[in-house]
Amino acid sequence: MNHALALLQIVTPTSEPSFLVWIIFTAVKLLAVFTVYMLGVALLTLAERKISAWMQDRHGPNRVGKGWLQPVADGVKNFVKEETYPAAANLPLFILAPVLSFIPALITWAVIPFASPWGSRWGVIEMVLAPMPVGFLFILAISSVGVYGIVIAGWSSNNKYALLGGLRSSAQMISYEIAMGMSTIPVLLLAGNVSMSKIINQQAFETWNVLNLTVAFIIFMIAAFAETNRLPFDLPEAESELITGYHTEYSAMKFSMFFIAEYANMVTASALMATLFFGGWDIPFTLWDNLAPHTGLKTLLTLGSFATKTLFFVFFFMWIRWTLPRFRYDQLMSLGWKLLLPLSLGYIVAVASVVVMLDAMGFERGSFPFHLGLVLLNVAAVVILFNIIDRGRLISPAYSRLNRRDLEKLRAVSAPHRAPLLPESGD
Amino acid sequence: MSIGVKVVERPIEQVSYVRATLKGLTHTLKHMLNPEKVTTQYPEEKESISKRWRGTHRMLTTEDGKAKCVGCGLCPSVCPANCIKLVPGEDEQGNRYPLVFEIDEFRCIFCGYCQEVCPEEAIHVGRHYENAEYSREGFVYDLERLMAQTHPVCEMWDPADPKGE
Repeated sequence: MNHALALLQIVTPTSEPSFLVWIIFTAVKLLAVFTVYMLGVALLTLAERKISAWMQDRHGPNRVGKGWLQPVADGVKNFVKEETYPAAANLPLFILAPVLSFIPALITWAVIPFASPWGSRWGVIEMVLAPMPVGFLFILAISSVGVYGIVIAGWSSNNKYALLGGLRSSAQMISYEIAMGMSTIPVLLLAGNVSMSKIINQQAFETWNVLNLTVAFIIFMIAAFAETNRLPFDLPEAESELITGYHTEYSAMKFSMFFIAEYANMVTASALMATLFFGGWDIPFTLWDNLAPHTGLKTLLTLGSFATKTLFFVFFFMWIRWTLPRFRYDQLMSLGWKLLLPLSLGYIVAVASVVVMLDAMGFERGSFPFHLGLVLLNVAAVVILFNIIDRGRLISPAYSRLNRRDLEKLRAVSAPHRAPLLPESGD
Repeated sequence: MSIGVKVVERPIEQVSYVRATLKGLTHTLKHMLNPEKVTTQYPEEKESISKRWRGTHRMLTTEDGKAKCVGCGLCPSVCPANCIKLVPGEDEQGNRYPLVFEIDEFRCIFCGYCQEVCPEEAIHVGRHYENAEYSREGFVYDLERLMAQTHPVCEMWDPADPKGE
């Protein structure tokens, strides 16, 4: 523990940059991050189409500039298309909704550190837009705002499909937000801090959380899929049932903003998974990148490491999307409430007890036996999860047995409302 | 269950969602890394069409550039869709030739009877399928247009070689 703390001391920037330098660098970072992010999202739309094409033995877009200029073509198309407004829509909210879904996706990036600090000649520059001490809580707060855009879009369109999509998304996002928040508590337990850079440092000097907290990672990943409305959780837009759900009535750039928001959310969720469970910008198997002096080379290499991890998860999002079919609504709800929530709660208790036990036994944080203990807990949990619980009741398929008690309950609920089979009197 | 549906107890390999997911993921990844692309990149590559393909018509010409048609009137009579309009004419030497020869390709059912019946082997159905036009009128091919077509013509069914080998 002391060992790790001593190392942490070294990482903490020693020479604070002056206010002017700080302002200038923040502005530069803002511009750079925003540009790269937006360009990346545009290219991801292409990547998604290409990957889906390859997975389905197709070619994908290959016309505009051999396919590379497809995002540009899409962008131009969205700019010049007609903006339609439904006659009965609530216009102010109708216009506000895309903005509301677009902004939270971007804001989340403010607190994610994307590289190791850079020790420039003007002082140590943190490679994060806003090095907030409450970083993680900020993310939880902002991710809840994202649901408003979708719900308002669904309601203000004055369209039954859009409304259904909005309702579904609110139910889904609220349900999974709980599991998502709960699954990250073990991370905070180990880090002892909610600042993102502290979480990364703890992982760099000890072990990546994916080994310590595998189950938490699995829960977080599933919840992240649900939060970003990606398949298999894309019930809010479910093409086959709801046309395109909440953005049915949107056209041109407003539709495009929902689209961009979806991809931005995906990138953010990927970055979060990388940061919370895969050590963020940490380069594995070496401490060289975490220690002072912070050179520009280290910053670049760690940026590369972070980008690799994030892009892998982005690819994973796409990979899952083109593999799994959409859940039924009841499956979605039962997975969220009956499995993920109790599991994450139980896991918090388990991790907390094991950590207390290991601390009491005198193993230092960061020492081999301490992490071995946690890994063993996870191995046991994963085996139980995938070999015992996962028996067709996890996501109940259509043929699974409905247990007798649930059946009776359903009967009781539906019986009073059941229409009589024959007319009661001969009038 | 009161409905009496027989519920089969299945082994975990069949009911595990995670295992099914992993199986699906490997499948899609395999296809992504080693795709068996079967799409024909249409304007650049074209599928070869059958030798007996019956498409839009073509009027063959003699060496001196005149239509082979002698205006006998067999093709308009045999045409089941009634899409051929023929007005025969005759020059000073007594050679018959078509004054008007029009085929409405919209009415045509591409049966190929006209080619089969033609005594001069003048009118043919062609091995050709890119016929888009901007107007309905564009589909009425006159004699000049029929003569200007250059695509290969259909090889009719030969009783001696029924499978076209």
